[in-house]
Amino acid sequence: MASVEVRDVRKVYRRDAEEVVVLDGLTLTIPDGAFVALMGPSGSGKTTLLNLIGGVDQPTSGDLVVGDTNIARLGGDALARWRAASIGYIFQLYNLMPVLTAVENVELPLLLVPMSAAERRRRAETALQLVGLGDRLRHYPRQLSGGQEQRVAIARALVSDPKVLLADEPTGDLDRKSAEEVLKLLERLNREFGKTIVMVTHDPHAAERATRQYHLEKGVLTN
Amino acid sequence: MLKLVLVNLFRNKLRTFLTMASVTVALFLFCTLFGVLDTLNESIKVGSESRLVTRNRISLVQWIPMAYRQRIESVPGVKRVAVQNWFGAQDPADTRGFFAQFGVDDPYFAIYAKDVEIIEASPAMAQGGVPEGADPKLASYYLERTACVVGEKLMAKKGWKLGQTVTLAGTIFPGDWPFTIRAVYRARQKSFGDETMFFHYKYLSEKGMGGQEAVGTYVLELSDPSQATAVLKAVDSQFENAAPATLTETEQAFQAGFVSMYGNVPFVLQVIGIAIVFSILLIAANTMMTSIRERTSEIGVLKTLGFTDGHVFTMVVAEAAVITLGGGLLGALGAKLLVDGRAVFGTFLPPMSVYWTTVFTGVGIATLIGAVSGLIPALQASRLRIVDALRRVE
Repeated sequence: MASVEVRDVRKVYRRDAEEVVVLDGLTLTIPDGAFVALMGPSGSGKTTLLNLIGGVDQPTSGDLVVGDTNIARLGGDALARWRAASIGYIFQLYNLMPVLTAVENVELPLLLVPMSAAERRRRAETALQLVGLGDRLRHYPRQLSGGQEQRVAIARALVSDPKVLLADEPTGDLDRKSAEEVLKLLERLNREFGKTIVMVTHDPHAAERATRQYHLEKGVLTN
Repeated sequence: MLKLVLVNLFRNKLRTFLTMASVTVALFLFCTLFGVLDTLNESIKVGSESRLVTRNRISLVQWIPMAYRQRIESVPGVKRVAVQNWFGAQDPADTRGFFAQFGVDDPYFAIYAKDVEIIEASPAMAQGGVPEGADPKLASYYLERTACVVGEKLMAKKGWKLGQTVTLAGTIFPGDWPFTIRAVYRARQKSFGDETMFFHYKYLSEKGMGGQEAVGTYVLELSDPSQATAVLKAVDSQFENAAPATLTETEQAFQAGFVSMYGNVPFVLQVIGIAIVFSILLIAANTMMTSIRERTSEIGVLKTLGFTDGHVFTMVVAEAAVITLGGGLLGALGAKLLVDGRAVFGTFLPPMSVYWTTVFTGVGIATLIGAVSGLIPALQASRLRIVDALRRVE
């Protein structure tokens, strides 16, 4: 069963009078439980494709079916609700809230779900224990290393138990050791928990950890 | 969600504190300025519709003869008439501590019996002398030529004691004027004021006017307030061709005449108050826009996590509302607690009043400032596209 189906997707940006074609009729199927790496040079459209799969941006044309929802037809609040329920997003620069502790950062997506504060806290703590940060619950992002911050970000992506995790250069800002820890964690989430993972990366070593690699060149898949 | 609003407010504590403080000061000033208008309004309330005041038609500072009294008393509908003369002396021990003194005749305290309460009085050495309708506790006052009745706040301010003799230095009526405090009053109506001294008109006329009896104003008590217009016309018609002619008006209109002497001051105060509020609105809006601009990427992240445009809009408006409503409450209540009741205008006007309606108006304005100042940044934040927000840092 396909987890993500990208059908003839085109994405065009307007820059003044000029039209910039970022994705040009792209079609791609990512099976349920796959760990996919998207590679390609800067400006090839990797992050744009990731944003489209995550419902963060809308295609100019084409269909994007994630799970059983064609998100190209959703908009506004419906798309926001879908993101909250279906997608976990991991950023290159972690993007944690500096004024919240690790556990409070992880709780953020659960604020959108009707649940008691105690249950929310319990789930956030479980997610942090899963990424190996059970002893850093009350730490603020500034008190954590880059690798630890990224693991908090992964816990935040996991906490609402989405089927699909999207990672945009998750190791791009990390040293080799921290990058290795993050990649191992992603592998484990894929293998043990069956998460479908789509990862954008420039790093061939990181891409090797994926079960499938795709290369983009000027908005077109080359393999 | 509320916690998110609060942590965002405290992420830059100094900025939040300064913005809140500026709203507090602005609303304090607004409520104080409008409190001055309340005070002017309150000063009109001292007047009663059941009393008239007769004065010289040319000017309040010109006297009218005592001979008019009997003719005024004879006008149908006039129940009682009292005399009231401005004295204007100074306390040599405290020349800057000005207070009002009036020479009044016997019926005065009977006419104002409902407006003042005698809370302390010297025991009378003899029987009688208290006019009908006046408080019997005033017996010792009525028996002594140099006796006076003093407001309780003035007593406290000057540190005077009942039975004490105080000597004032006359200005309009030169010389040393000893007075013995025989009673202390408390105003039942705040607008009457508790910082005035009343003494016998007879003492004033004998010592200060050389026996000549000139009157500043007559206070007329009416038997039927609904006849006020007819009575005041009847009084003035008696002296239409006399020198001096009189002007009779209700006590409220008489007080309003004092207020009208302030000319455009109330309007200027209103303009200043509104200008203060408007400038704070701009400051609050600028602060909110700066605060939101600094968090553009975080807003992008929240939206990526599933927060809707409505969530983001509500959060930003709530932040603005907490700052301005918090500051507004502090400022408006501060004005009520610190300014209300203070005698900042001496005895020309009653103590400062800051009506609750002014406080609520201030809080309402603070809420409005919050809504308006938060509206633009909230709209900007809610309309922000995720990819644009994230692009700023990624």
